Amino acid sequence: MDAAGLLALLDSGLRLSIPLLFACLAGLWSEKSGVVDIGLEGKMLAAAFAAGAAAYATASAWVGLAAALAASAAFAVLHGFASISQRGNQIVSGVAINMLALGLTAVLGHAWFGQGGRTPPVDGAGRFGDVVLGHSVLVYVALLAVPLTAWGLAQTRFGLRVRAVGENPAAVDTAGVSVEGLRYAAVLIGGLLCGLGGAYLAIAQSAGFIPNMTAGKGFIALAALIFARWRAWPALGTCYLFGLLDAAAIRLQGTVLPGIGEVPVQAVQALPYLMTVVLLGGLIGRAVPPRAAGVPYVKER
Amino acid sequence: MVAVRDLPRWAEVALVPAVAVAAAFLLAGLVVLGIGENPLKASRILVQGSLGSAEGLGFTLFYATNFIFTGLAVAVAYHAGLFNIGGEGQATLAGFGVALVCLHLGSLPAPLLVPLGIGTAALFGAAWAFVPGYLQARRGSHVVITTIMFNWLANVLMVYLLVNVLREPASMNPETRSFVPASHVPFMHDVLRGFGVEAPTSQLNLSLLMALVAAVAVWLLIYRSRLGYAIRVVGQNPRAAVYAGISVERITIVAMVLSGALAGGLAVNELMGYQHRLILEFSAGYGFVGIAVALMGRGHPAGIVLAALLFGVLYQGGAELSFEQPKITRDMIVVMGGIVILMAGALEGLFRRIIAASLKPLPLASA
Repeated sequence: MDAAGLLALLDSGLRLSIPLLFACLAGLWSEKSGVVDIGLEGKMLAAAFAAGAAAYATASAWVGLAAALAASAAFAVLHGFASISQRGNQIVSGVAINMLALGLTAVLGHAWFGQGGRTPPVDGAGRFGDVVLGHSVLVYVALLAVPLTAWGLAQTRFGLRVRAVGENPAAVDTAGVSVEGLRYAAVLIGGLLCGLGGAYLAIAQSAGFIPNMTAGKGFIALAALIFARWRAWPALGTCYLFGLLDAAAIRLQGTVLPGIGEVPVQAVQALPYLMTVVLLGGLIGRAVPPRAAGVPYVKER
Repeated sequence: MVAVRDLPRWAEVALVPAVAVAAAFLLAGLVVLGIGENPLKASRILVQGSLGSAEGLGFTLFYATNFIFTGLAVAVAYHAGLFNIGGEGQATLAGFGVALVCLHLGSLPAPLLVPLGIGTAALFGAAWAFVPGYLQARRGSHVVITTIMFNWLANVLMVYLLVNVLREPASMNPETRSFVPASHVPFMHDVLRGFGVEAPTSQLNLSLLMALVAAVAVWLLIYRSRLGYAIRVVGQNPRAAVYAGISVERITIVAMVLSGALAGGLAVNELMGYQHRLILEFSAGYGFVGIAVALMGRGHPAGIVLAALLFGVLYQGGAELSFEQPKITRDMIVVMGGIVILMAGALEGLFRRIIAASLKPLPLASA
């Protein structure tokens, strides 16, 4: 592979890693506060649909983005209501959100646009065009979200409290800070980040919404989150690695590597999942989630 | 605030799922209204299409068979406090097992081949669930995450196998050649014809009976056996289980293996009962809807059969509906599945409180 080819590979790896990065950081905020979120996929999908539909209707990428943020935030609040206020099972709530988003985007897309669930193509001002180095503004937002998340969680009072509430909510409660309030805030930040990811998919990377266009990216982001052991900078590295794998899989199609033979694309596609399972199996280090993750907080009276 | 209020048993068994279903229908009705169709008319087509004719009923029961298997699979793990969302992947692997038997041992006589296929489906499903179970029991990794990963791994593996290994060379589609007739689970209409009863042709096959037997077996296991008792103790209080001399690790693995084997039933019904070849993505979300079925059925096999029947009605009726009113696609069932999971699962506490409050018109002052 020549230098230009390598550069193209690195570039498309970046493109493909952006939705993963948004969703991964979303999961990071949520889980750091003690709320497990397997609904990243659904929120991103709902956001992508909202972005595609609104951008098509108004021919404005910014309105599309606003719609994406609103749709994703609405699902985040639903997840918060079920798992924080009602202390329901967070996994069950996440599964419900994934199914709701998958079904609703298909039903509404089909009913509104009648093109097999797609939104009509969006172009011009309806899309986020390339601004610097051939990338749209959302790519830079994603890259900026990494230091912001790292700094926010490590250095700010809010971030410290979010982390505390994910490790030992009773201590935070005793200190007179609202556990529910902090968790809602973190879940909402996650919702907004998923909204950005969905908007990127529909109106920056593509030109409109396609049914189930997230295609498991929310789950790969979940894998990346574990792989990065719930830290922001490693999340960037992992998402980029997974994006690069994705880009390589596309390029490797049909090529024969010396000594190995033809590499099946599926082997490369399986790597993120396989790596995560191996990590979780404790074969290469340990991945320990925030201590209170998944446990609803019951205030003692 | 009281954390969990005890409900009378009849309310626990009947009212909570009923309220969840009513809410699901109400919300789904709003969606139908929102896309400019008449929900009442839609409901009529739905019921007419699924229960209104013998043929429709056959299809309804065929889908219900899938949901019984996946619902039971989720429930067995749930009783042990495990959330197996890997039914899709487990069924996919079971399908691979079915294909191996039906394609390579096709010369065997039917009385040998069919049980062998069913057993292999259970075995492959169980094996795919064993790894997440083992990882949770021995390595402390959460079964939810690993089963999600295993779903995708199964998906990718199946694409590879069907495109590169199992595909019939002459075929353009990623599917195997047809299974030999000796490997087919007989169609219900053929069996009934043997008894002199004319039934319209449908996909319904004897796997339904197998699913019902499985439901009874799961009931016996969970509520009437030592192992089932151990499973329930681990699910409700792992620490107590340890003091009672029950190995949490062993029960975790056993529950996951049983769960995976039950999910394998989906492959039997779909592939040996109807498709008669291995195709891509035959699990088609049945594994996920199984979660809704298990939650609605309150984890009890009788409830699961009823919930599976309801989702069978929705599936078959939904297909008819998308013919009659093209604006309402079958994805509506996914929406309803999501709402049911939300209502009967995640928001269960809310409904319990509302029901408890309305059952006691004069709440005690201390409550």
